[in-house]
Amino acid sequence: MISIENLTKRYGTSTVVDSVCMTIERNSITVIVGTSGSGKSTLLRMINRLVEPTGGRVLIDGRDTASEPAHLLRRRIGYAIQGHGLFPHRTVAENIATVPRLLAWDEARIRARVGELLTIFQLDPASFAHKFPHQLSGGQQQRVGVARALAAEPEVLLMDEPYGALDPIIRAKAQDDLLDIQRRFGTTIVLVTHDIDEAFRLGDRVAVMSHGRVLQYDRPAVLLTHPADSLVSRMTGIADRAMRLLSLTTAGEAVQPGVADGTTVAESATLRDVLSELLWSGASAATVVDAEGRPRGCVTVSAILARGRPD
Amino acid sequence: MKLDRLGALLSVVGAAALMFLPFVLFKSNRIMPGEPRALGELLPLWASLGCAATLIAVAAVALAVADARLRLAAALAGLIVVALAAAAAGDVLTPLGNKVVRVAPGGAFWVLLVALGLMASDAITRLRPGPALRVLLLVLFVAACVAVLVHGTFDNLSVMREYAVNAGRFAREVRRHVALALGSLAAAVIVALPLGILCHRIPRIRAGILATLNLIQTIPSIALFGILMAPLGALAAAVPLAAELGIRGIGAAPAAVALFLYSLLPIVANTVAGLKRVSPAVVEAARGMGMTDRQVLTRVELALALPVILTGIRIVLVQNIGLVAVAALIGGGGLGTFIFQGIGQTAIDLVLLGAIPTVALAFSAAVLLDALVEVMDRVRQ
Repeated sequence: MISIENLTKRYGTSTVVDSVCMTIERNSITVIVGTSGSGKSTLLRMINRLVEPTGGRVLIDGRDTASEPAHLLRRRIGYAIQGHGLFPHRTVAENIATVPRLLAWDEARIRARVGELLTIFQLDPASFAHKFPHQLSGGQQQRVGVARALAAEPEVLLMDEPYGALDPIIRAKAQDDLLDIQRRFGTTIVLVTHDIDEAFRLGDRVAVMSHGRVLQYDRPAVLLTHPADSLVSRMTGIADRAMRLLSLTTAGEAVQPGVADGTTVAESATLRDVLSELLWSGASAATVVDAEGRPRGCVTVSAILARGRPD
Repeated sequence: MKLDRLGALLSVVGAAALMFLPFVLFKSNRIMPGEPRALGELLPLWASLGCAATLIAVAAVALAVADARLRLAAALAGLIVVALAAAAAGDVLTPLGNKVVRVAPGGAFWVLLVALGLMASDAITRLRPGPALRVLLLVLFVAACVAVLVHGTFDNLSVMREYAVNAGRFAREVRRHVALALGSLAAAVIVALPLGILCHRIPRIRAGILATLNLIQTIPSIALFGILMAPLGALAAAVPLAAELGIRGIGAAPAAVALFLYSLLPIVANTVAGLKRVSPAVVEAARGMGMTDRQVLTRVELALALPVILTGIRIVLVQNIGLVAVAALIGGGGLGTFIFQGIGQTAIDLVLLGAIPTVALAFSAAVLLDALVEVMDRVRQ
């Protein structure tokens, strides 16, 4: 658990982060979203003390982060940034091994960990371990950047606009991968983005920041249905907020007993996608099937419409 | 068929030199003006014809053949023939056992040497050899030169006559020359590297330091040697320990200090440029992963800036090897001693004894460091 208490950063007379308080649960993805200049990156960088706070403190599992040298703290916290920041003079394997080497792991353990991470990130160790970063595509570089951040099995992973430089299709894939990784390792992830769609797609909880303050910090559905103020509702989008709300629920979560004829949808599909499918096919209900194709029940258009309204 | 432009130029220049300039000069002693001798009047007919035929064939290759390997082979064959012809001329013109007469290579010899050397280096450039191969070629070339010199092939040519007289001093002055060039370089690296890092970290002081070093660079070397004589002389007079350590107004001390000062700018400027080229995202990632400031500097910033810094060191080393020759003027020693002595005695052969090894040293240093820079830079874009 990460507790952020009255965290403040001032440069001269300008306050970049203004007494922010947040509690970040273990094993969750928290997304900090805001426009440029809102202080979101500075807030993130104060967690691993790349920026030293002017006031307030950060506790990780009850321990004040200021109680140990900054470089030792950072070795326990994963860090991935936009444009990956890979070392151009080191191979993919050497890049991933950076923090384990700093922690003086033995070579066999490092080799095993590098191989494991490359496999998880769908990069064949035999052909990628000895390549240099400039020989990789943008998406591959990004994956190596995240693998490097996870190399020493950190409990916390900080990500600063990690997908900002990727094109939309590769970005969607990278986001899916991140959700998989989070489930697999149970890492506590704090991610900064300016993209509200990314925030809703990834975040268990989302913090909306503006001018150094956190305007609202809650589950995505609450941000849509009960925005704290007009700025939050404008940032989360007014025109398509109903569709956004539907995209937060999967068919599996909304399933009800019964069968429908014709249309079938996967239980992992969002209600937004199911509604789109039903509009297209003209049916009034769809059968929900699980990963093996067994029917689990159905969802109806009227039930979906009911979920698109704030309660 | 396309005519090679460089080949055409070199062929015309070589032919003109052979026609209008003497191949060797014969002097009855070392300071007499030389009498020109042409190749045809010295060598037996078969040898003269052989030389002419070879040079014509080399010119034909230079003009019309595009294959770089063949061009290199032709240029090397030409160089060997010209060198052997000069050696043979020396043997023919020197009466057995006579140590007084001098046979000096003439204008035609030097022009041919330069033309064939240019043809060879152009061919090597076209072959684009890797760094390892270039170093190997250098080693082979140096080994071949040393072998023929030790064998005594050129012993009857004037430069080697001067060498025979000065053999003991020659080895000493070469060591002195190399020590001065490398020593001042090492001292400059120790000072300039931290200074460059400081300039990179603190932009406020960058302009001032670079401007100061630039100013030093503009002082002519002889003037700087002169300027340093007074303070170092005063230092030696005031501090006996300094004098004991060899610090004097003249000699190696002012030479080393001047070379050191000239070395600073290229290394500081290249260190700043090299560090500037390191992407801020890479430094940010390195810090974010928990490297200490020192680790970020050595493992990331300097490691990435190294090829550019080495380029600066290459500039300095080649520049120093040349400047050490001038330092002989204030008693700094080195190969320049022969050059200035030769000028004083109007003995041009003695000048060459200093000048040729200086050029060879600078050339070898450039090839070696270029190869090193390329190896360092190879893994990067």
